[in-house]
Amino acid sequence: MIDRRPFVQKVLKNRKDNLRVVSGIGTSTWDIMSAGDNKGNFGFIGAMGQSIPFSLGLAKSQPNLRILLFTGDGDTLMSLGSMATVANHPVNNLTIVVLDNESYVETGSQPTATAGKSDLELIAKGSGISNSYTVTNENDYEKIMNTIYDEEGPSLIVVKCQAKATPLIFPHSFDGSVSINRFMSSIKS
Amino acid sequence: MTEIHKDWRNDIYTVFKDLNITMVSHVPDAGHTPLINLCEKDNEIDVVTLTTEQDGVGLSCGAYAGGRKSALLMQSSGVGNCINALALPNICRIPFLTIVSMRGEWGEFIPWQVPMGLGTPKVLEAMDIKVFRADYKDEVGSTVDAAARFAFNTNRSAAVLLSQKMIGAKQFKNG
Repeated sequence: MIDRRPFVQKVLKNRKDNLRVVSGIGTSTWDIMSAGDNKGNFGFIGAMGQSIPFSLGLAKSQPNLRILLFTGDGDTLMSLGSMATVANHPVNNLTIVVLDNESYVETGSQPTATAGKSDLELIAKGSGISNSYTVTNENDYEKIMNTIYDEEGPSLIVVKCQAKATPLIFPHSFDGSVSINRFMSSIKS
Repeated sequence: MTEIHKDWRNDIYTVFKDLNITMVSHVPDAGHTPLINLCEKDNEIDVVTLTTEQDGVGLSCGAYAGGRKSALLMQSSGVGNCINALALPNICRIPFLTIVSMRGEWGEFIPWQVPMGLGTPKVLEAMDIKVFRADYKDEVGSTVDAAARFAFNTNRSAAVLLSQKMIGAKQFKNG
């Protein structure tokens, strides 16, 4: 099992200029913000289930950037059909990293479907995202970085994480219009 | 826009071209099919078939963040699927445009279409979406044009309801 906070910080350390990072509702947003403030981040704090389609739209619009989505199993499970949409309208610059702690930690650590019988890698593969794999330890770090920056996407990586509460690290603003305009300024420049 | 086409779907397509809308997502509806076909034939427009209408909200917002304008096409039954997702364009002040073909209002045959048909304008308004409506073929182009400009000029969400009176209510036959 991977400790998600240091893992996300490691992935985002020395990030390249062509990377833009999106995060799904909940802990994933606090995770990416913990790696340091960056205009090239956009974090969801609501609209559960929308981070995958948002990232697809972004990746389609900016084919020369690499788009990295960090999200959780809860957010992903809410819109499983979006994997089929990603697979059938593929973009080669999108990597989805599901930080799968098998629980809704922020609401009291109730188990998600992945704590039971459901497997997001298999769901992704069955949806048609062939470049899908699961990592359970830090040894696969180089492979993950290669997927994010170099492999032909779309890709989906399930990162099995410890289910533990982490400190909330707030974004630059909770105002969505401030956040999106700041993020868009990183694309125009 | 000056010209009004024989098929009002062409008028919507003309607005898409005039306003440089280059991504169109949909869960299909028979009323939208000629428009979807026009967009599919256009190499400058990406057509994305969704599995649920709400994903079109996120897709549209992501496309805008990346610098592209888009529109979501759906049937009135899909509007209910979008409610929480509509928080995204609202809180981010991202322009969002949807075009909704109405069921469950004018001569509807299928009772199951009625609840969401009746609820559609109320649900949209409850989520602060500006609702436009076209009841006649010759006002479709100007209505979609007005809604799109409202959305993209004021960074708000807008919906155009295409009435079932105009689209026509299919009468189903058993057997």
